[in-house]
Amino acid sequence: MARITLDNLAHSYSPAPKGDADWALKPMSLTWRDGGAYALLGSSGCGKTTLLNIISGLLHPSRGQVLFGDRDVTTLPTADRNIAQVFQFPVVYDTMTVRQNLAFPLKNRGLPADRIAARVASVARMIGMEDRLDRRARGLTADAKQKISLGRGMVRQDVNAILFDEPLTVIDPQMKWELRTQLKALHREFGHTMIYVTHDQTEALTFADEVVVMSEGRVVQAGTPQSLFDAPAHTFVGYFIGSPGMNLLDAQIAGATAFVDGTAIPLAAPYAPSAGRVQIGIRPDAVRPATEGLPFHLVRVEDVGHHRILRGEVAGTPFNVVVPEGEPIPAGFDRIALDPARIGVFVDDWRIEPRERAA
Amino acid sequence: MMDKPVNNRAWFLVLPVLIVVAFSAVIPLMTVVNYSVQDTFGNNQFFWNGLGWFQEVLESDRIHAALGRQLLFSAIILAIEIPLGIFIALNMPKRGFWASLVLVLMALPLLIPWNVVGTIWQVFGRVDIGLLGHTLAAMGFDYNYVNDPVDAWATIIVMDVWHWTSLVALLCYAGLQSIPDAYYQAARIDQASRWGVFRYIELPKMGGVLLIAVLLRFMDSFMIYTEPFVVTGGGPGNATTFLSIDLVKMAIGQFDLGPAAAFSLIYFLVILLISWVFYTVMTAQRETP
Repeated sequence: MARITLDNLAHSYSPAPKGDADWALKPMSLTWRDGGAYALLGSSGCGKTTLLNIISGLLHPSRGQVLFGDRDVTTLPTADRNIAQVFQFPVVYDTMTVRQNLAFPLKNRGLPADRIAARVASVARMIGMEDRLDRRARGLTADAKQKISLGRGMVRQDVNAILFDEPLTVIDPQMKWELRTQLKALHREFGHTMIYVTHDQTEALTFADEVVVMSEGRVVQAGTPQSLFDAPAHTFVGYFIGSPGMNLLDAQIAGATAFVDGTAIPLAAPYAPSAGRVQIGIRPDAVRPATEGLPFHLVRVEDVGHHRILRGEVAGTPFNVVVPEGEPIPAGFDRIALDPARIGVFVDDWRIEPRERAA
Repeated sequence: MMDKPVNNRAWFLVLPVLIVVAFSAVIPLMTVVNYSVQDTFGNNQFFWNGLGWFQEVLESDRIHAALGRQLLFSAIILAIEIPLGIFIALNMPKRGFWASLVLVLMALPLLIPWNVVGTIWQVFGRVDIGLLGHTLAAMGFDYNYVNDPVDAWATIIVMDVWHWTSLVALLCYAGLQSIPDAYYQAARIDQASRWGVFRYIELPKMGGVLLIAVLLRFMDSFMIYTEPFVVTGGGPGNATTFLSIDLVKMAIGQFDLGPAAAFSLIYFLVILLISWVFYTVMTAQRETP
């Protein structure tokens, strides 16, 4: 097991990349602590899988280095990296039994038979397939096959890291929850570094200690789920995380006041004037209906159980307000109040800090 | 509960198919069956002969020998073409310009008619003017497919391999192309050897097309007629007289319609039986839980 460092890593699938668009991964530097549980979160096509394949050595990066501990593994083949990886769609060896499938990675590394048997037994218990160990893998259902793939990923104890590439896509929701909990338990028990790729924020936020959010080949923010929620570094993080996502409004900033469509909104601290597109962002749960403040045009109310979402518009921009259960919605309200402490200011999509803290 | 109306007149809808199948298969086959149980002394007068012809065919040393040669030939063909086809498919480029070029080159032999293939090799192997035969002779080999049974066999086998290995390779190639990349990636993660990748990923995924390849190559080689007929004419002696060549000699050369018809039916049943055995063995092995 080792710390994983990505140093100035970039990758392009074209041999002679020209523009920005040719780079699947834009230059990035990241460090993954030994034994951490990480999630790589982003929409489809943002480079998550590319990054994962570079770590496991299935791809070699165009630029930069990958380090395991202090060892440069950038050009090492997959087999020499001692990494486990589980793919989006189940990969099983059809002609083998479930038991042989689980034992395959250990057998290829020449482990003694009794160690193999012990590991296979414990992994089979974990994925709940003890009763089907001697069945042939061909003809099992997709989620049984994916459980075998997961089991093969977890069967080796000495791996540097276990990488998961959206492994629960084909598993039905209930089983998904159960397997994720098991992965989490496994992580606590054995302390493997785990990197979990997903486009599902719930999966990422429940699995990981630290979430790395990617967008268009860039790492836009890495942090704890809480910090991503409270202080998104980029507007993409703001609206990608949270349901509904962060509200973003074009604004002008003058000191500690923001103006949205002519309405003054107090901020918690003064900001330095900045060039570029200025937006303020606020979570829907930091907004409440009011009699004065920002004009709000209510379109509809969605009751999602433990709270209600008011869908509407502010200055022509979609805007959501979350009202907790039990709290009345005042009839005919057309203004909203924003909690100054929870307003973020973004310039050209990147978060800026208030003046005194920045200084 | 809804009662389903039972109406046997629906069977009439099957009638068109029955008629087509009758004319295309059943009636021609029954003609052969008709000849196989009768004898004639000319003048279109037939006598009932029961199973006499079948008995004669089954006891004939000449046909036993032809059957032996035929089985040996098919066994050699399968033993060479299947592994060679798999080997070629594994080494064909997967995509790009070279993949297209190789596909076209591989398909070329399949486009040549049987008798033309025979003619090509008949000339190619001749010691006096053929490139192959002349070169071998010049190199000091005592090669002559006209006189030497071993040389005749070698020529026909090499010709068949040249003609049909492409088919096996193309089928296997199609099977290989359908394997998602994730399988190869998983194998690398699991540290599988090259043999492991072949044995546990490529071979199982090729299973379906391989079954088709084996059946096609078996049936085709077991019925081979044109090429050996053109190259050796069944000779030297009877060395390359396979079942079809023998059958044609009997039916058209000697005009023994009865025995030839019985022979045809037995021939047909043998092919059916062996194909069924291949199919059963290969699918059973794939479907065992």
